[in-house]
Amino acid sequence: MKIVVCIKQVPDTKGGVKFNPDGTLDRGAMLTIMNPDDKAGLEAALRLKDEYGAEVTVLTMGLPKATDVLQEAIAMGADKGVLVTDRVLGGADTWATSTTLAGALRKLDYDLIITGRQAIDGDTAQVGPQIAEHLGLPVISYAQEIKLEGDSIVVKRQYDDGYHMLKAKLPCLITALSELNEPRYMTPGGIFKAVETEITTLGRADLVDVDDSNIGLNGSPTKIAKASDKVKKGQGEMAPEDADPVAYIVGKLKDKHVI
Amino acid sequence: MDFTLDKKYEMAQNLFREFAQNEVKPLAQEIDEQHRFPRETVEKMAKYGFLGIPVAKEDGGQGCDPLTYVMCVEELSKVCGTTGVIVSAHTSLCVDPIQTYGTPEQKAKYLPDLASGRKLGAFGLTEPGAGTDAQGQQTKAVLDGDEWVLNGSKCFITNGKEADVYIIIAVTGIVEKRGKKMKEISAFIVEKGTPGFSFGTKENKMGICGSSTYELIFTDCRIPKDNLLGQKGKGFGIAMHTLDGGRIGIAAQALGIAEGALETTINYVKERKQFGRSIAQFQNTQFQLADMATKVEAAKMLVYKAAMKKAEYQKDHKTSYSVEAAMAKLYAAEVAMEVTTKAVQLHGGYGYIKEYDVERMMRDAKITEIYEGTSEVQRMVISANILN
Repeated sequence: MKIVVCIKQVPDTKGGVKFNPDGTLDRGAMLTIMNPDDKAGLEAALRLKDEYGAEVTVLTMGLPKATDVLQEAIAMGADKGVLVTDRVLGGADTWATSTTLAGALRKLDYDLIITGRQAIDGDTAQVGPQIAEHLGLPVISYAQEIKLEGDSIVVKRQYDDGYHMLKAKLPCLITALSELNEPRYMTPGGIFKAVETEITTLGRADLVDVDDSNIGLNGSPTKIAKASDKVKKGQGEMAPEDADPVAYIVGKLKDKHVI
Repeated sequence: MDFTLDKKYEMAQNLFREFAQNEVKPLAQEIDEQHRFPRETVEKMAKYGFLGIPVAKEDGGQGCDPLTYVMCVEELSKVCGTTGVIVSAHTSLCVDPIQTYGTPEQKAKYLPDLASGRKLGAFGLTEPGAGTDAQGQQTKAVLDGDEWVLNGSKCFITNGKEADVYIIIAVTGIVEKRGKKMKEISAFIVEKGTPGFSFGTKENKMGICGSSTYELIFTDCRIPKDNLLGQKGKGFGIAMHTLDGGRIGIAAQALGIAEGALETTINYVKERKQFGRSIAQFQNTQFQLADMATKVEAAKMLVYKAAMKKAEYQKDHKTSYSVEAAMAKLYAAEVAMEVTTKAVQLHGGYGYIKEYDVERMMRDAKITEIYEGTSEVQRMVISANILN
């Protein structure tokens, strides 16, 4: 079985967030990690590999620096890494991203595609299902458990008040939740292998059946009006120890003509 | 000369750091207080290949190098000195001599289990009457048909009761060297469960309290003739060479403890307020931290250099890393003691309380100046080399 896992390098929310003048994220200037839902998707793929045997390819679109997450994935046990990178692909929204990834996937062999449910930077949960639409594949989102049954996949899908048991014939696409599993660590030997493994790099010209109007910032219907980091609130004011706190606050509100 | 770490080492450092934070740190205080060997951590480390880092892939290891191994011990020791020494004693003192001196049969039999962590290793040289003075050995091995018969005892053995495979140094005869009668010393591989091999006292230690430190007792313990490691009579050289490697592991442990204490203290002094401001704003604190950080950095250079010299040795056996290992251990151990002592001082009264990590770190640091060759022995090794 051949599995392709789509992963994304996202800003580490522990570090600061930086923006380009056009409102998109300045990814080159931030500390980054593998998106948690994608990591769970990768772990699910690696467990299928452990149990049934599979070749796991990780695919990402991003700056050359995104090679880091591909190498991390290989150090965890993935076999191959594919980076889609090209200046004309930059500034893509979910539509342009899914079109691009679908264009790359048309070049790759797969029986199963796994993506994370959503990325912690955009939180849209759109790219996975959109890729499936572009490729004409069935999609099962929010996977909590994944099992292989012959030429089909059986997935327990998380739902608001319970779960669904869904079965789909391969090939299909699954989106994974970070609650799906506890991703494994890399191994030291895996790291040594990862830095030696050649990453396949694809550019605009390598994408199959992709129109220029559907890629990059120009091909993105979403326009970002404004983006900003969280604005820090000013320091709070402590009521003096000898004051009645309720009377003190009410007094302040009256002073400001709030009440 | 380039001091930038290659990407693979950066990735390895991140891996060990993440593992240490998530899996090791939460247990550090508990295993110290309960004097409990962290078996669950050893199993997790085995799963991720931490017990066979510098072992070739064909022998079941990770196929990495001494620097990667050193970084592992360093990062583990930053949060728990006990966990650091479990890996160090296993890798440097048991796996390494089998890799270096084992026959193809011995390697095939022992390395895959040890490197994968299915089995844990230990090393027995020290005896009640023979520590630094290896010629004081009393444990004897006598060949009887197809078996060696071991009698005697070893003390202060790290991974003592928890290990499965032991490298044991014993006297196999008397030889004459330069007109003097000397004990002929040989090395053996002994497995747990061999009749006649038992455990004596569990040591109640000042630090590294989760480490299993035991006395090993051999009473007519019969092992196969083929379990002689290396040539008969070459045991002293094997032991000394093994300890050279071990010293790099302990130097990494000491470095890790010092780094852990420094990091903890940096965080603490920013939070702790006295006289209306954080104690980080006092010049005494700043100067103490500057000295601590500088010494830690110097220790790191020596430790990494020793690891890289060992890697050179693995490619070309004509080189030696003995002096680099001794310098790294001497310096890193003394820095660990100094930095942890200052860390406790900067914590004030809280530093003396067991709830605070620096209290444990200071106790853990002390042993690094003693085991696998005291600081005095390291000075002997270094001075002998420079005076030669």
